[in-house]
Amino acid sequence: MARTLINAPKTAKRGEVIEIRATIGHPMETGFRPDENGKILPRNIIKKFSCRYNGELVFSAEMFSAVSANPYLAFHTLATESGTLTLTWEGDNGFSQTETISLSVVA
Amino acid sequence: MAASTQAMQADDTLNPGMLWVKDGEALWQKLPSQSQKSCANCHTPGSMKGVASRYPAFDDVLKRPIALSQRINQCRQKYQQVEPLRLESQDLLSLESFVAHQSRGLPVAPPTDSRLDAARQRGQQRYTQRMGQLNLSCAQCHDDNAGGRLGSSQIPQAHHTGYPVYRLEWQNLGSLQRRLRNCMSGVRAEPFAYGAPELVELELHLAVRAKGMLMETPGVRP
Repeated sequence: MARTLINAPKTAKRGEVIEIRATIGHPMETGFRPDENGKILPRNIIKKFSCRYNGELVFSAEMFSAVSANPYLAFHTLATESGTLTLTWEGDNGFSQTETISLSVVA
Repeated sequence: MAASTQAMQADDTLNPGMLWVKDGEALWQKLPSQSQKSCANCHTPGSMKGVASRYPAFDDVLKRPIALSQRINQCRQKYQQVEPLRLESQDLLSLESFVAHQSRGLPVAPPTDSRLDAARQRGQQRYTQRMGQLNLSCAQCHDDNAGGRLGSSQIPQAHHTGYPVYRLEWQNLGSLQRRLRNCMSGVRAEPFAYGAPELVELELHLAVRAKGMLMETPGVRP
């Protein structure tokens, strides 16, 4: 399990724009770098990130070799109703991690 | 340090070093394989507050000063009876940053232990001693030209308050010793090995220079 740092408000007013910030610990090995013995290290990156708000896709991103290690993403969404936000990172070697955060929306 | 790097360090949800602090916290609780004791079995929560701010300290067994990472490894061997972690390994960095994080906001307080005096003296000497093909000492950049520029980067005053730091160039967390070795290869000198007494002596001198400054582990540096 990779480590994550997620920052999102726990409560929001209906119709408010909220910011979600997420960092995940990942080497993002490019696949172009040699190791100490000159052998190319196999690529190991996160390829896709998505955020679902009560099942509905509100944000997604594709990542490539040029993205730095421990990628940080910040994005906004509109608070419509109470529920959960599901953050998923998927990548090489079957890497997959899901974190959920709950949001309560007040009128 | 640029304002954007400072902002990154100040916000715990942006500071990638917190990933290692969280990792260290988990390791602190975990029983190492073939051991009956975790760190948390002996050390009460919060008891590591102020520890990092006084290291390196004199070790009674080895009769020489040791850095915090070496102290963690000693504890592993003596009390947990497990293999020491490789210096600069991710697990050791995690434990070290977890311990040092608890001293955040406290002033650097090098111990007034007279047994450290000789080593401190040697550290100070090495700090001002020219080395490598470029024939530069630490002091020539970090005392004489601090605030100036080396290429595009600003030359800092060489205060070690943020270590272990997340360095954006490394895309990883690294110890003070890694940074010292980095500077040494920069002046084309043969770097001392991790854990070498020479590096610990330099750390001792840096602690005296930074006395009273506030700890900020995990720092973020460009």
